[in-house]
Amino acid sequence: MLIDLVALGEGGRRTAFVLLILLLGAGRASAQFEFTGSWGPIGTEDVQNDSLPVDYLGLALTDEGRARALAYDESQKSMIDRQCQGWGAAYGVIGPFGLVASTQTDPATNRVVSYTIDSWEDWNGLTIWMDGRPRPSQYALHTQEGFTTGKWEGGALAARTTHLKVGGFIRKTGVPLSDQAIIDWRFYRHGDVMTVVMIASDPLYLVEPEIISKSFRLSPRPLDYRTPCVPGYEGREPGDDVPHFAPGQNPFADEFIQFYSLPKDAVLGYRETLYPEYRKKIRATYVPPPPCKEACGQAGNFVRRREN
Amino acid sequence: MKRRLAAAGLVIGLGASISAQPPPSARDSAPIDVTGYWVSYVTENWRYRMVTPAKGEYRRIPASPAALPLINAWDPAADEKAGNQCKSYGAAAIMNVPGRLHITWQDASTLRIDTDAGTQTRRLRFVATPPNAKPQPASWQGESSAQWTKTAGNEGGSSLRVVTTNMRAGYLRKNGVPYSEKATVTEHFDLAPLDGGGQLLLVNIVVDDPVYLNAPYVTSPHFKKEPDGSKWDPTPCSSTW
Repeated sequence: MLIDLVALGEGGRRTAFVLLILLLGAGRASAQFEFTGSWGPIGTEDVQNDSLPVDYLGLALTDEGRARALAYDESQKSMIDRQCQGWGAAYGVIGPFGLVASTQTDPATNRVVSYTIDSWEDWNGLTIWMDGRPRPSQYALHTQEGFTTGKWEGGALAARTTHLKVGGFIRKTGVPLSDQAIIDWRFYRHGDVMTVVMIASDPLYLVEPEIISKSFRLSPRPLDYRTPCVPGYEGREPGDDVPHFAPGQNPFADEFIQFYSLPKDAVLGYRETLYPEYRKKIRATYVPPPPCKEACGQAGNFVRRREN
Repeated sequence: MKRRLAAAGLVIGLGASISAQPPPSARDSAPIDVTGYWVSYVTENWRYRMVTPAKGEYRRIPASPAALPLINAWDPAADEKAGNQCKSYGAAAIMNVPGRLHITWQDASTLRIDTDAGTQTRRLRFVATPPNAKPQPASWQGESSAQWTKTAGNEGGSSLRVVTTNMRAGYLRKNGVPYSEKATVTEHFDLAPLDGGGQLLLVNIVVDDPVYLNAPYVTSPHFKKEPDGSKWDPTPCSSTW
């Protein structure tokens, strides 16, 4: 079937052109990039904030969130029943590891059912359901990894996680994320760099969303972080009290503040500290720390060196 | 097979017909709208952006051995005296400086980014510089070539890609971690929705520098859209803050 282009006229030709492009594209997968593969962390951004126990920089915490964070004692993770609990969904980007993503397809239709990002020893991984399944009832089981659905949107993979379990964290130092939290994800790819944006909202513990964007580089070699978590005796007997700090008694509350001469309200995660106006507010009173003498230049564990 | 050949012929014929018309300008063909007022939302790298880090610290930056003497010799007073107080506001660093952006179309093929922090202006040009153009002297913001890029398959999804060169040597951080005049900055600007109708601008930045970096330095600051410029507060460059 050939079309008489002359008879169509200019307007008709344009319409036919658009239709033809649509026809040629029909049947292909919708907009997407190759998401699967091994993505190594680049390591040049400071998103972990776990070098010292009380570091809530870059967070906008509610008073309750701050109180719970200050009550947290990292020794809790020595309790045998908590050692393999994992850190919750957010740890996918605030943790130190890379992402190993794979696809699950329906064998009958070959359509993508889900993407999964493999777990680590202390992270339960993420399954992103792409098949349009409904979100479960709010009373359905809540888990550390939550329930995540996704879709391709404007060239990015967009996903939303709900059904998170009480006991999750937005920081490894004990800043909590509640079971009412929602995490929105967007995965962008530019060449061999994939940037993951995490937008975590929590009506209980966050005044404003916590937004983390972290970049990963496509690894030429397969990565595998799937070390199983094996609990063992770490000095805590079954039935011991849960380690914690009573209000006002966290011995590490000022450690980070003093180490880097930082303002207390920034370290404790007050909202106003996230905006440029705050710089102007503290300019007159800020005293810079003394020159760095040791460990001044660790570039992150995973920075890829140039191969000369 | 015949149908495919016919389709291919049709594409070529119609394509030739359409290509006779001038292509739309970068402004008219913009697949995403990055214009407006944006404010830094500093939820990561806080200690390196909101306050001046300690002299000599360059954690997370893959600085080369050649950079170390400069890092340890950082002298903000000397910079100020030499009129170099904008060294930490150059194109390789400016998007990480907490502040507000005002993004507008200067003309049909030039996006303009004004920053209130350091009162800098970047011009992202979608039209290539003619080969016989007079070479420009290096500047803090250098020369930026821009293009709309497809980020994904056939449904669309676009990003703004910007490559900047010809910069004056500057600092990646306020405390004197250097980049050289040979550095190249590659950026991708993407948008994401926020709950409540808000919008997030994400800028993925890769700084390559054969002199002072051992590896690409990658950051991804993000900005929230603001309804207007009522919070716009121009402040001059400072070598210490």
